[in-house]
Amino acid sequence: MSHATTMDHEHDHDHKPKGFVKRWLMTTNHKDIGTLYLIFALAMFILGGALAMIIRLELFQPGLQFVNPDFFNQLTTMHALIMVFGAVMPAFVGFANWMIPIMIGAPDMALPRMNNWSFWILPFAFTMLISTFFMESGAPAAGWTLYPPLVLQGGDNIAFAVFAIHMLGISSIMGAINVIATIMNMRAPNMGYLKMPLFVWTWLITAFLLIAVMPVFAGAVTMLLTDAYFGTTFFNAAGGGDPVLFQHVFWFFGHPEVYIMILPSFGIISEIIPTFARKPLFGYVSMVYASAAIAFLSFIVWAHHMFSVGMPLGGELYFMYATMLISIPTGVKVFNWVSTMWKGAMTFETPMLWALAFVILFTIGGFSGLMMALAPVDFQYHDTYFIVAHFHYVLVTGAVFAIIAGVYYWIPKWTGNMYSERLGKIHFWWSAISVNVLFFPQHFLGLAGMPRRIPDYSTQFAEFNMMSSIGGFAFGLAQVFFIYIVYRTIKGKGTTKATDRVWEGAKGLEWFIPSPAPHHTFQDGEPVKDEHLAHVSNH
Amino acid sequence: MKKITNGSSNRFKNVLFLIFATVFSNAVFAINGEKYAMNLPKGVTEFSNTVYGLHMIVLWICIIIGVLVFGAMFYSIFAHRKSKGVKAAQFTHSTTAEIIWTVIPILILVVIAFPATEALIKMEAPSDADGNRVEMEMTVKVTGYQWKWKYDYLGEDVSFMSSLSEKSNEARQLNSNIDPESVENYLLDVDKPLVIPVNTNIRILLTSNDVIHSWWVPSFGWKRDAIPGYVNEAWTNVPEVGIYRGQCAELCGKDHGFMPVVVEVKSKADYAIWLTEQKELAAKAKDKDNIEWTKEDLMSQGKKVYNSSCATCHQASGKGLPPAFPALDGNELVNAAMEEQIKTVVFGREGTAMSAFGSMLSDSDIAAAITYTRNSWSNTVKDTVQPADIKKVKE
Repeated sequence: MSHATTMDHEHDHDHKPKGFVKRWLMTTNHKDIGTLYLIFALAMFILGGALAMIIRLELFQPGLQFVNPDFFNQLTTMHALIMVFGAVMPAFVGFANWMIPIMIGAPDMALPRMNNWSFWILPFAFTMLISTFFMESGAPAAGWTLYPPLVLQGGDNIAFAVFAIHMLGISSIMGAINVIATIMNMRAPNMGYLKMPLFVWTWLITAFLLIAVMPVFAGAVTMLLTDAYFGTTFFNAAGGGDPVLFQHVFWFFGHPEVYIMILPSFGIISEIIPTFARKPLFGYVSMVYASAAIAFLSFIVWAHHMFSVGMPLGGELYFMYATMLISIPTGVKVFNWVSTMWKGAMTFETPMLWALAFVILFTIGGFSGLMMALAPVDFQYHDTYFIVAHFHYVLVTGAVFAIIAGVYYWIPKWTGNMYSERLGKIHFWWSAISVNVLFFPQHFLGLAGMPRRIPDYSTQFAEFNMMSSIGGFAFGLAQVFFIYIVYRTIKGKGTTKATDRVWEGAKGLEWFIPSPAPHHTFQDGEPVKDEHLAHVSNH
Repeated sequence: MKKITNGSSNRFKNVLFLIFATVFSNAVFAINGEKYAMNLPKGVTEFSNTVYGLHMIVLWICIIIGVLVFGAMFYSIFAHRKSKGVKAAQFTHSTTAEIIWTVIPILILVVIAFPATEALIKMEAPSDADGNRVEMEMTVKVTGYQWKWKYDYLGEDVSFMSSLSEKSNEARQLNSNIDPESVENYLLDVDKPLVIPVNTNIRILLTSNDVIHSWWVPSFGWKRDAIPGYVNEAWTNVPEVGIYRGQCAELCGKDHGFMPVVVEVKSKADYAIWLTEQKELAAKAKDKDNIEWTKEDLMSQGKKVYNSSCATCHQASGKGLPPAFPALDGNELVNAAMEEQIKTVVFGREGTAMSAFGSMLSDSDIAAAITYTRNSWSNTVKDTVQPADIKKVKE
């Protein structure tokens, strides 16, 4: 994009604000805010991962060796809350901030000051949440699902958890409004909806999901709060309330929430595979429709998390059928990715390796998802390690792999430096092998009858638990290595300068601006050129 | 790091072997001992066999689809690579292909939906070959408590608590230095199992006294939540005499991992004998509630009750696990007049893990346990609490 380049050179180094406070604390720049989000997510990923390491350490062998059962429950609860709300979601908002304006030819996000606020709420929310570890009551220990009545036994940590969730909700909703306002209003001339990169599309859909369900979650936890402190009995049967009501409300939020964490991954993968197959994305329009269909279905399947709660037969049948339907649009996506590779001219740089692993491993998570959609079989799978294996396949080898793929894919654009391909590949193989040693045996454990969320287990589960722990330690260590790779790339140590296009087969506006991307891009409203775009719809 | 016990170091070697086997040759699928159980057990009931069959059908469908999709993908990865000098095709869609891979999965789902629906009906609305609803021959009410189960034989006047066996309980304490391998059925054994007759349609009602639990015996093929304020219904018919083990499946607080479910299935004749014995025991227990106890008897019975029902939280030392589980040693309430303490024990304390023991223990056991706490450790209230005192508070 010639004008961006010109601007960059004319105005010296794109007048970044000077000083740490002005540059980072008061920033309204989408790229800097994106960077903040990504760094924050990485920090939370390490913290959440550290908690998981203690969990795997305790589960290394039968018997209790390191932590008491109550602290174990705090670990599982906080691991999930931190990973979901602190690592995966902020990472995707970071990608959205960095990439969406660039991808649609906008100068910045539509609401830059709100953007700053969305981010800076997060450190405070998490300080509050994590501080519960140091309280008399300990951290929340009722699981990330916060089911009453158990969660109400936790003392005052509930108040901190609820307010932290309120703040995270505000942050997410503002972020979502920003994404929608940006995509709807700030597309450069000639950037029609059906020319947008799939990452932008999936984020647009994700943003609507966020706005729809975060208030529902806020409402549910507020009712917990009033039950705990203001004498209401929304969820207390003794006072005419209903503990199962919470589960319905929670999963009305919770199921779309899992798609909030996976749709942007679909977007990232749909950017990477065409680039390295040197071939346009197969079925662009059906990808968009499939994403929208998945989002719609996510609202009407929530009770499949509750088959063992005891529902009327009709209810169980409905939720079973509706859930099975999700595999159709998800299948379309997988078929489209494979068809994109078909007859391409593939190369296997690090981002592509992660993307390919995503396709295979996420699909395995999808398979177990289809299995547990069947209500009668779910009576066996429910609340076992089979479920733990399932959601880690979709969230770790799904969402997290997509995030890592995205980092390798765009970090040359962000920093202007190529990461070390050799180290990136070591990181990939190390992670891809260890993550399967970590999570695959958990399928067996669950099928053999090991419930989830237990600190100790019967000796028949010992072998696969030890195996899983070994995989866990190796996978955890690999991610410390990842930080080292990212650090080297940012500092430009032992790396080469990135070209503007970076990847031979890359298409989309971000590859036609300089690397690193200038502080300000696209200020003159010039129409985008079709030849720079990956999808020029002729439908 | 803690010293790894002997059993563990052997296991460590085995596991390393397993990892290599899995990663490099998939040889793990050749191992199929009980130690390495990898698949859903078939279970023992008709329903669990139905579930197993359904599980295998979907598993194989997934494996076949996986082989096809990943096969195509790997073929593409090997054949369509730039290093082989191929030029990328530029096609963007194929309506035919897209229709095929939308319609075929829909058909597969429809095919799966039929047996799944049938299985679900078998659980939720069982009927015999003629379409008549299956009659239940007896009913057991299961109540979840933190962290044990109570079984009520409805109409039989028999009921008892079932909690983790003492051996497992000792071994599972933090740094107990007892090798779990040395404990038979570690964490899967209880002091008193649920006993049911073979080949009998049994309705199982589930509810809870405190938080949500989930009652699960894998061999029966289902789990169902026990929810305070709800009475859930499930059923089973076990065709084989034996002992079947499971666990609580819904996170229910600190000792969620330590409330196993054990069901002993007896022949109808043996069950009848067992039931008569239980009725006699129940009658004797009632007598115990109607007599005046000596302090010595209260203290010795109290110690037993305290260790099995109270010590999980308040600890055998009476020091508790503050702040969630307060110390009873030196506790203000324990050292004051007995009424308040009795009320706390009988009715529980809302918003905490303190359960209402009034429905769990007999009046004499409650009286004994309270007497014990008032006269142990540094507590020297010196009074005795009689079953009659408990009855008075209950009324």
